[in-house]
Amino acid sequence: MFNNFFHKMASPKYFYDISGRMIPWLGAAFIVVTLAGLYYGLVKAPPDYQQGDSYRIMFVHVPAAWMSMFVYMVMAIAGAIGLVWHIKLAEVISISSATVGAAFTFLALVTGSIWGKPMWGTWWVWDARLTSELVLLFLYLGVIALYNAIDDKRTAARAVAILALVGVVNIPIIHYSVEWWNTLHQGPTVTKLDKPSIHLSMLIPLLLMAVSFKLYYAMVVLMRARCEVLERERHTNWVKELAGSQ
Amino acid sequence: MSFSEFLDMGGYGIYVWSSYGLALIVLAINVIGPLQLHRKLLTDIARAARRARKKT
Repeated sequence: MFNNFFHKMASPKYFYDISGRMIPWLGAAFIVVTLAGLYYGLVKAPPDYQQGDSYRIMFVHVPAAWMSMFVYMVMAIAGAIGLVWHIKLAEVISISSATVGAAFTFLALVTGSIWGKPMWGTWWVWDARLTSELVLLFLYLGVIALYNAIDDKRTAARAVAILALVGVVNIPIIHYSVEWWNTLHQGPTVTKLDKPSIHLSMLIPLLLMAVSFKLYYAMVVLMRARCEVLERERHTNWVKELAGSQ
Repeated sequence: MSFSEFLDMGGYGIYVWSSYGLALIVLAINVIGPLQLHRKLLTDIARAARRARKKT
């Protein structure tokens, strides 16, 4: 049964059809979870005793930062799978993650900057956390530029996978930077081994927004992957028939 | 809590709302982009197929 599933998923047409049916459900789930997250985050959660209401930026900043790393790992792992086993769908998922990953990274950097101004008194410091996150943005942009610079999509996917894999070294640096170096950036309050040092009323909206961003990513990566499949398969009969029937 | 107090966010309104506004814009762009690309690809492929048929 599993073999059959993977065999089917490897067929571009099957992937195109089934992802097309999943996208509306992911979109609906995204909207519901986001509205709940916004309600708990902006209305129900009390102001922070140190940071007042400014800490509410956290509910977009932290999920965006988590996603910037998560999407990078998906991109690198899918790229590696494409590289080793020549699975086209893995290549497609890998490259389709780059744009949305870059968007999450940009969002994490800018919302962090907007939060930094009232709390630290500065928009930016060249410390390890901020610098390594900026490097992550450049890695994403490098991946996108490299992919577009090579005409043959399969060669491009292979080159991109290698670049993405080399860049993986940056991910633990981002994660541990606040522990390894002295910085203005606060330490982790959720992703650590002992109990999270964050009150439940703030943890609930944070986790809801994290789920919301995951759903959003799943939706957008499938939308992009479908475009990529159409482009790669444009000379096949099923794509021509599909385009002709529109 | 009144609505204007809610908008004020204890004096941090400009920071909080600009963050959420930016997030909304960035997320919207990343949905609109693939939607437009999808439509464009289907039109392009259909046009190319029609042209190829005319030639033969």
